[in-house]
Amino acid sequence: MALGAVALGPLASLGSLLPRLHPSWLRYTSLMTSTLMSLLWLLSGALGLILVAAPAPNLAVGGIPLWQFRLDPLSAFFLVVLGVVGTASSLHAVGYFRQLGRTGLRRVLIPLPLFLSAMALLLLADNAYTFLVAWEGMALSSSYLILAQTQTIQARHAAYLYLLVAHLGALCLLAAFALLCHGNPLAGNDFSALTHEVLAPGLAQAVLLLTLLGFGAKLGMAPLHVWLPEAHPAAPSPVSALMSAAMLPMALYGLLRIDWQILPPEGVSWGLVWLALGLLTAGFGVLFSTLQRDLKRLLAYSSMENMGLILVALGLARLFVAEGSPTLAALALSAGLFQTLNHALFKGLLFLGSGSVFHSTGTVDMGRLGALIRSMPQTTLLMLIGCLAIAGLPPLNGFASEWMLLQAFLLAPQMASGTLQAILPLTAAGVVLVLALASFAIIKAFGLSFLGQPRSIYTAHEAGLWERFAMAFLALGCIFLGLFPGLAIHAISAVNVLLLPGNSLGIQQPWRLTPISPERASYVPGWFLIGIAVAILLTFLLVWWRFGRPLRRVPVWSCGFRGARTARMQDSPAGFSQSLLRIFQPIHHGRIQPDTASKELRVELADPFWVGLYEPLQRLALALSRQALRLQHGKISSYLLYAFLTLVVLLVLVR
Amino acid sequence: MQTLQVLVALAIAPLFSAWLQMLRALLQNRRPAGLGQGYRDLRRLFHKEAFLPEDSSWLFRFSPYILFGTKVMASTLVPILAVDLPLAPAADVIALVGLLAVARIFQVLAAMDTGTPFASLGAHREMLVSALAEPALLSAFFIASLLAGSTSLSTIVLHAQEGLFSLHPSMVFAAAAFFLVLLVENSRIPVDNPATHLELTMIHEAMLLEYSGRHLALLEWGAQLKLLLYVTIGIALFFPWGIADQFAPMAILLAGLALLIKLFLAAPILALVETLLAKKRLFRVPEFAATAFLFGVIGLLTHFMLGS
Repeated sequence: MALGAVALGPLASLGSLLPRLHPSWLRYTSLMTSTLMSLLWLLSGALGLILVAAPAPNLAVGGIPLWQFRLDPLSAFFLVVLGVVGTASSLHAVGYFRQLGRTGLRRVLIPLPLFLSAMALLLLADNAYTFLVAWEGMALSSSYLILAQTQTIQARHAAYLYLLVAHLGALCLLAAFALLCHGNPLAGNDFSALTHEVLAPGLAQAVLLLTLLGFGAKLGMAPLHVWLPEAHPAAPSPVSALMSAAMLPMALYGLLRIDWQILPPEGVSWGLVWLALGLLTAGFGVLFSTLQRDLKRLLAYSSMENMGLILVALGLARLFVAEGSPTLAALALSAGLFQTLNHALFKGLLFLGSGSVFHSTGTVDMGRLGALIRSMPQTTLLMLIGCLAIAGLPPLNGFASEWMLLQAFLLAPQMASGTLQAILPLTAAGVVLVLALASFAIIKAFGLSFLGQPRSIYTAHEAGLWERFAMAFLALGCIFLGLFPGLAIHAISAVNVLLLPGNSLGIQQPWRLTPISPERASYVPGWFLIGIAVAILLTFLLVWWRFGRPLRRVPVWSCGFRGARTARMQDSPAGFSQSLLRIFQPIHHGRIQPDTASKELRVELADPFWVGLYEPLQRLALALSRQALRLQHGKISSYLLYAFLTLVVLLVLVR
Repeated sequence: MQTLQVLVALAIAPLFSAWLQMLRALLQNRRPAGLGQGYRDLRRLFHKEAFLPEDSSWLFRFSPYILFGTKVMASTLVPILAVDLPLAPAADVIALVGLLAVARIFQVLAAMDTGTPFASLGAHREMLVSALAEPALLSAFFIASLLAGSTSLSTIVLHAQEGLFSLHPSMVFAAAAFFLVLLVENSRIPVDNPATHLELTMIHEAMLLEYSGRHLALLEWGAQLKLLLYVTIGIALFFPWGIADQFAPMAILLAGLALLIKLFLAAPILALVETLLAKKRLFRVPEFAATAFLFGVIGLLTHFMLGS
């Protein structure tokens, strides 16, 4: 079923090429096909997680090269993630692209179904060849999507950078698979056959390093993250939602599949590496996200932070595996996977919402927005749910997964050995700081864009019905998983069984989380919601009954200020985070620059990795190619000499 | 039982604040207003007419109720009088911190909703300070829960009642961190001045500027309740003697008495701190909160290094 849905993707792309189709027909058919595909994946993923006892049969198509497919709980879980985001983005896109003409639509609708299909193919792939083809298809189709709507030089630059980093990553993956398959990724070994192969220790370490680099490049792991904050804002919003909420987790899938399932469990060291890189990514991402001015850039950096947190959870799980405590490993792994699903829900929602804002006002610059709560009340409510979820507030879903991650940290000391004991509390403190700063960033985003007074003149309108429907779907998901986290954990336990020696995380009731025992810790979000709701309602009714008098609208008091109040007197994005700019100055080297054109102060940030790592590399590459230019001076005789010398060298070497 | 605890908390919150004000006044050679002042203020505010600023939205209007409701909910979770209350399994310390964060974030959003310069100043200062104070609070809680082997507040309190916390160096750091966070989160003096308006350095009051009448009353009552909650959490973590572990009337009565005595004694400490210290410059405040966080981290490290 899932494969059938994959095949629909290329069909939909071809369908977009039909010459005389009316744009709205084109839009509806193609995007409804994408929705259908995503729904089918969601369904088959859910079935795959539930029916673990009766797994879908493995499929093999073709001779050489052989295409092999399989659906196991790990791929089923990520299919669910993809299905959720794909459904919502496709539905949102129906409204979002409503003003495009035929040519503009084709630029989107040809690569979009291919992108979806490639991601599903990646999850279903069961050998190296299929996996790599899908991986490459995913990178190529998404880079077309980044450029689908804008032609600006920044967007081109972003797409180019994205393609470059993606291909460097793909090269690392190719090398890793070559090592895994003894030099021939085309040989039809499926993944379970690879599991039984015994690699030399050095080789296994090399594969671990290469996959971490390859998947890390896609994940936005520092220092390979440079493409991420450029590419996400450049893409149209439904695509940003897909890239951030569905494509980044594909890299997590790859890491789990290869480093965890195929390679034998290794010692503590790689767990520590994951933990450290995850914390670096999360801290870096959250710091930069607090300082942004562009709503979508802020969200992009926040994706980076979330991926970092998930990496921390997975690293922690690896440490627990190495320490021989499968229960805690299951807890940490579940926390990481749950966070992946939650991130898909709320980040998808926020990116789609930012798209509606862009559609309505023509900008996502927070220094120009404001007061959207009056012109787009429903979108604002949905975005508020997403913001509260991502800020990690109970009883929504973001809190549930963060709670599990913190529990895993708190349970660590019983098991961990000496050296880890100093590292784990520091990491836990770092994680908590990241979470607190994340809520700073997201409140900044929401408050500046949706509340207060408009900072520029625009006529905003409420988002279209399709857009609101798609966002409501994700917002309901946030609330549902927040109230019934046990359901998600129950579904994830199938993945735990696959990846860990025995799943010892107890059966969870749907409405409560009790990772180890009720005495240790428990969390019942439903009671929370009921308690708060009852308290609020009682307060409201009592106050209304005793003291209720009609409210009167008056001009704001503002400490008695009588002058003309303008929107410029509110915080600007730079003003909101100015103190953080000051505190973390040594890290980001941000400076406040006056912008003479708009009479504003702007913050200029410098990515330390870009300055410290990429620019020297760039200079080196340029210098090397300049040197290589010396060989090339246009005399045919010397070119013949080069050919002759090469021949001699080859003869000596090969012999 | 659950309701009784909430009602007690609601009732004594204004009393505690008034007692604190009284002590401050005495220390500063002013004539105190008396213990009933808290109630009188609330009564007066409730009877006044409430205004809404032009072009503020439903967020501004309903935030006071949301804030008050979440704080009432929080007071059901803290073992003020007794442990193992019916709602106790619903949430542990982490969820309690999350609950208080809900209240704070709605307050910030309501402030930003008015779009006035003072309110947005207050909003971003509040977010900044709490972004540093929340990790400190959590790490103080982490230390206690690592010692007790549980993040459930009831278990922590029971563990502490057995006197097992008495000789732990990490608990000293936890207490220090918690005390600093208490000052930061309740906008007490080295960080913010609860008794001032019209000052460029205000944080909490800046967010309330546009509120009036019953809305302001709810917010003030909520702030008093929050202060009481922090003090009782501190009591529960570090001085838990007397909290009832069964639901017998006698035990509850004793617990109530113990609580009153402890609150009576806790206020002078706060009043002394507020009288002796000067209000810090705003840019010193993050350092203050960071110190609290540092105490928490050192406490965690001490716990792991010494194994206690």
